Amino acid sequence: MPVCCSACEVKNAVLRRPKTGHSLCKECFFWAFEEEVHQTIISAGLFRRGETVGIGASGGKDSTVLAHVMKLLNKRHDYGLNLILLSVDEGITGYRDDSLETVKRNQQQYELPLKIVSYEELYGWTMDDIVKQVGLKNNCTFCGVFRRQALDRGAMMLHVDKICTGHNADDIAETVLMNFLRGDIARLRRCTFITTGSEGAIPRCKPLKYAYEKEIVLYAYFKKLDYFSTECIYSPNAYRGYARAFLKDLESIRPSAIIDIIHSGENLSVKEDVKMPVQGTCARCGYISSQKLCKACVLLEGLNRGLPKLGIGKHHKLQHKLLAQEPLTEREQRKLKNVDF
Amino acid sequence: MCQVEEEDGQYCQEMEGGQHGVSLAQKCMKCKEGSAALLIRAGDAFCRDCFKEYFVHKFRAMLGKNRLIFPGEKVLLALSGGPSSSAMVQQVQEGLSRAAPKKLRFAPGIVHVDEGAVCGQTQEERARTAAQMESLLKVSGFPYHIIPLEAAFKLPGSVLQFHTPGSRNNYKEAVDGFIQHQQSLHSTANEVTLTQVEERLTQLSTEDPERQDVDFTLPESTKNPPPSSVHTQRLIDLFSAVTTLTAREELLQKLRTHLILHTARTHGYSKVMMGDSCTRLAIKSMTNISLGRGAFLATDTGFSDERHGDVVVVRPMRDYSLKEISYYNHMFGVQSIFIPGLDTKASAKASIHRLTEDFMTKIQADFPSTVSTVYRTSEKLGVTPRKMNASAYVMDRCLLCMCSLDTHFAEASAFHATLVSEQFSKKTKPELSTAEKSCCMKARDGAGQCENPTKDCSSVQRGDGKSAFLRLLCYGCRLTVNDMKSLDMLPPYVLLQAEQHNRRAEMKKEIQDFLLCEDETSDAPTT
Repeated sequence: MPVCCSACEVKNAVLRRPKTGHSLCKECFFWAFEEEVHQTIISAGLFRRGETVGIGASGGKDSTVLAHVMKLLNKRHDYGLNLILLSVDEGITGYRDDSLETVKRNQQQYELPLKIVSYEELYGWTMDDIVKQVGLKNNCTFCGVFRRQALDRGAMMLHVDKICTGHNADDIAETVLMNFLRGDIARLRRCTFITTGSEGAIPRCKPLKYAYEKEIVLYAYFKKLDYFSTECIYSPNAYRGYARAFLKDLESIRPSAIIDIIHSGENLSVKEDVKMPVQGTCARCGYISSQKLCKACVLLEGLNRGLPKLGIGKHHKLQHKLLAQEPLTEREQRKLKNVDF
Repeated sequence: MCQVEEEDGQYCQEMEGGQHGVSLAQKCMKCKEGSAALLIRAGDAFCRDCFKEYFVHKFRAMLGKNRLIFPGEKVLLALSGGPSSSAMVQQVQEGLSRAAPKKLRFAPGIVHVDEGAVCGQTQEERARTAAQMESLLKVSGFPYHIIPLEAAFKLPGSVLQFHTPGSRNNYKEAVDGFIQHQQSLHSTANEVTLTQVEERLTQLSTEDPERQDVDFTLPESTKNPPPSSVHTQRLIDLFSAVTTLTAREELLQKLRTHLILHTARTHGYSKVMMGDSCTRLAIKSMTNISLGRGAFLATDTGFSDERHGDVVVVRPMRDYSLKEISYYNHMFGVQSIFIPGLDTKASAKASIHRLTEDFMTKIQADFPSTVSTVYRTSEKLGVTPRKMNASAYVMDRCLLCMCSLDTHFAEASAFHATLVSEQFSKKTKPELSTAEKSCCMKARDGAGQCENPTKDCSSVQRGDGKSAFLRLLCYGCRLTVNDMKSLDMLPPYVLLQAEQHNRRAEMKKEIQDFLLCEDETSDAPTT
């Protein structure tokens, strides 16, 4: 028996919203999804008229839907934004080269300018090269840290005012859980902010913050959007995997759990006497950092010195040596060389 | 932690990093004399006596550090029968039996809530558990109260009110006062406990000052007569009207808290001690985050919980891991009773509570520092600072959990986003007033967004039962109530209090234009 759409009460429903459980027809779902993103953008005051906004595009479902919705809302509600697609080429054969093809197709479909920055041109290392040195164990640390900076550098080249990324509600809930499990109080506080890094760095925002991952897939599926869906060929982040599996289980018990966790995260208040890391800037590249040298510079230095473990774990004590370009002692070097082949 | 006699020698080896397990020849790392009985941390072996000393010290240090329990104060120990709360009762006994000067100086009583009705126990099973519990309570020598969950149907509405705490002197003054008092008592021939003096003053009763222990123990203990089958049935109906185990668990917790609070208030206890262990609190933190109760983590899991005002809940067992407690109970013969709970025998995915417990236990096995990390993270959280006025308590607190509401927050919030999603997913209901309709319609037409759904689209309305009730609740409790088929089965005190709150809100709306200062409109009840 066909179910009637609960929003228009005319057409037959084709899907049940994972977020609310309502049955909707295709048009009403599109409308609801797009307008909810619009609500998020308006109520959080994410953009101002005339701004140039870079959309972080990986070719995956989240960023593809983000680019599509941003383009559509910019027109529908006349935001007056100048949109640009920003992609990072990590240099992973068989993964990123394919997904970049998707981004290039998107560029043509949406008629948006596209800028690709590559690890190779920024750092002189592709991920493939890094993995050859580091092995499969900690390579996500390199990729994550470099990507964050690469996006900013690309944005700076294009004189972008803001960057928006495709992080969805599931990603944020997962991060809340993960930061709690790891006891990372500073990130726990920051991770639910819709806009981050307003001082100095280019502000970043997450318009899909309240959109369920499942709804994003539904949207892409019914809109027949062209996206790339392959997991990265290098090992996935193990600890996040735990949080992810737990979140999926929670969602199956109570679908609102995802948004409930974000609500919890937004309302956490840290005691006043708890010490927080002070954010400064990197002495070498000027990027935000809580240490004298930012993580990317330490990692890069490690790669260039042939000591890939330099940036893995904590090595506060070595920071001054790196800054002064002094050589490390043999004992220090031995520790930081790769042991597992 | 690991005990020598136990078979899990493999575990010992793991803890020792692949070296030898604890052998009986190994010496205690503390006294260096006694033979090691168990591993307290990786590689640290303790003998039996040192372990006991360590355990006892931890309890007293927790109380001493926080300086919240005043000498002579009446403290209600909440005993579920499980290992942690049993160990807590035992620690208090130990502390009181000790010779001066380090003796604990408060006057304890015990409360046990009998939840058999909703946990699937038959009458006979309940009777058996009750008898077991009672014999355990009698041995303790403290006054005790056994309250069936059915008593919730007889609670007064005042349970759900914030009571302004009486003026409290600081800890030092209280201790000095107590010592002076003690000395003056010693100088008189009769030895009377402070509690008794207070009781005499208030009640003007005359009791035999000799044999005080017996005298002040027995008359105070209450054992409710077996609950009427009508109430038992109503309770079962109430719980079967809740569609999810998650919500059932939450509801049970709320009712239990209300009963314990009521017992404390009627018998003049100003503190309640809960036996939550570090492990339990870490699980509770993760559970509550998943239940949308993040704003109240400090209240729900902290050492002291002052949400009720006059009665403060403290959690003195929060530094012990469940493992430590189990070993202590095992080695020193602390008795606990197994009583099946709501989720006993339930599968791992039956409720958010069960799932989180399962998840934490598993991740703890892979990353052994998880529990303590989560526990320490939750310790860094405080109560959300809100411009709270002492007089604004009535309206601003959740009806069920008594925490200050977390539902009137900025537009750019997850709560707002859920309301927006609701709106877009269903046709505007006919019962909504015209003002609301125009507001939502405007959004639907794409002319603009609904300015403020929290205020405009859900203004106080009478007759609209569930939504009016929901407005009195915090985010987390709303989720619980949303899983209930009907509100009518809730105990009368909840419904009455809800009605009263809504009436006052209505009144306030009517006279809004004439009020000069927001803060003076709602008055807290005075105790």
